[in-house]
Amino acid sequence: MKYRLKLALLGAGCLFVFIASFFMGRYGIDLPTVIRLLADRFVRMVSFGKLGLSQTWTGAQQSIVINVRLPRIAAAALVGAALAVAGAAYQGMFRNPMVSPDILGASTGAGFGAALAILLGFSYSGITTMSFVFGMAAVLMAWLVSKSSRIQTTIAMVLAGVMVSSLFSAGTSFVKLVADTQSQLPAITYWLMGSLSSIKMADLHFAAIPILIGLVPLFLLRWRINLLTVSEAEARSMGIETGRLRLLVIFCATLMTAASVSISGMIGWVGLAIPHFCRLIFGQDYRRLIPCSALMGATFLMLVDNISRTISTAEIPLGILTAFIGAPVFLYLIITGGSAKND
Amino acid sequence: MIEVKNLCFSYGSGSVLDNISFCAEPGSLIAVLGPNGVGKTTLFRCLLGFLKPSSGRVLVNGKDVSLFSKKDLAKEIAYIPQSYNPVFNHTVLDCVLMGLTSSLSVFEQPGPEHEKKALQCLQMLEIEKLAHRGSMKISGGERQLMLIARALVQDAKVLIMDEPTSSLDYGNSFNVMDRISELRDRGYTILFSSHNPDQGLRWADKVLALKNGKVLAYGPAKESLSGNVLKELYGIDVSVNNVSTRDGDYTVCIPLGGKNAQNV
Repeated sequence: MKYRLKLALLGAGCLFVFIASFFMGRYGIDLPTVIRLLADRFVRMVSFGKLGLSQTWTGAQQSIVINVRLPRIAAAALVGAALAVAGAAYQGMFRNPMVSPDILGASTGAGFGAALAILLGFSYSGITTMSFVFGMAAVLMAWLVSKSSRIQTTIAMVLAGVMVSSLFSAGTSFVKLVADTQSQLPAITYWLMGSLSSIKMADLHFAAIPILIGLVPLFLLRWRINLLTVSEAEARSMGIETGRLRLLVIFCATLMTAASVSISGMIGWVGLAIPHFCRLIFGQDYRRLIPCSALMGATFLMLVDNISRTISTAEIPLGILTAFIGAPVFLYLIITGGSAKND
Repeated sequence: MIEVKNLCFSYGSGSVLDNISFCAEPGSLIAVLGPNGVGKTTLFRCLLGFLKPSSGRVLVNGKDVSLFSKKDLAKEIAYIPQSYNPVFNHTVLDCVLMGLTSSLSVFEQPGPEHEKKALQCLQMLEIEKLAHRGSMKISGGERQLMLIARALVQDAKVLIMDEPTSSLDYGNSFNVMDRISELRDRGYTILFSSHNPDQGLRWADKVLALKNGKVLAYGPAKESLSGNVLKELYGIDVSVNNVSTRDGDYTVCIPLGGKNAQNV
């Protein structure tokens, strides 16, 4: 019962931040208009554009709320939730609370894909697609290397992930080296810092599909992720095909990470810190950890994005802000040995 | 019931188990004794279907172990590891619930009736007070009992325990062994490995003594564990004595030293 109350509070907090985020920015707007615009948009989406609310707003208001702020806020929520859930899943799978979604090279692969696409002069959607494809390819590479290794699978996987990551980050450095210093290099650098400032509805649709394809199985299987945190022999003796489950968890978590990074750039620390905070508040059970990580990750990234676009006239890239918050958390984890309290 | 017939196992070229045969009758408590590295764990891994024997068979209720799916085998045999080093501080109840995996469908999660069952298993071992404590924060003895509770909730009639008391102090070892023999009285078939022949003499119905991958002796504890067998097993002289105590007569081993001891 206590858990339900906490979950409800977290959900309400998430919704509150979502609505409140529409008022962040220099163009002032009032609450009824925002609610009506969102309701209108929702009704149109559900009825495939056949129905809608009577228009009581100006064109400028509609453009600000629906075309500028909605994609950005929704993307922050989606990316935050995806990274936090992927982080929680990877942590359970590797039996290590200090693992983040980059562990198998998904982010560095995606970063390289984006840098390459910018170098080759691809369109914005081309950059997103390349980034996603390379993120998936990096993890596939790490997985194939670990498969053919004779070392114990999880260790081999971590090592392969480290190797693949450094390979792709070297690739990114090379792309930067040969890129045009006037236009391409700044674009690559900004992209790698992580930002949601140029997000459009189409990007959101592009990322939402793989993220949901990853999220739904993880949500449904969330209790079983607990079993990956005990030793291989124990899990198998309890009647579970660990290899299959592990592969599915990697696939889902990677899909979510690569899709997130492809639209937002590199946003670190969310996947590490959010699951840890959820453990402190909701305990270790993945039945609770997955939904709570999703809600808390979404809330956190919406908040940080609000800071990023309002704190100064020039936007501060998200990756910088999350690192400012995430690094101290990691330090705290190292000092306390990574174990949560909860007697 | 578990029958092992002419079981051989080798890692690459090195033979580990050589023609092992024995039968664990339902409701019996069997101690597996032998020096370090003799293959006790390998034997258990073969029984659990983790390792494929190079020849010979393991039969569970008359059916070859390799023919079971993981899920069906989990309903027959439960495994209790030597130690449990949790990385995440799951509550004791959450850990015990994991034992229900084989009785749940893929997307199913344990509900209130499953929690009730898990609590009953904790009660059976008298550790229900620990249910909501973190599994990292309880003592080694309590953790061993938690692992046993997790095996009980699995509803398997055969329990395989890899050195259940190896990391426990004197008193906790006694308590855990006492609980294990109570489970035998409830009808469970239990195989446990141990480095302490006294545990075999005191609690086990039968002792399986392994030496160089072969069965050195298999039978009722007091008949099988003679001084000669123990000397052959551990390389030291051992005197097996009967001792009268307040609670009755017990057979205990007293190491007397031997070839190795004289060299020191």
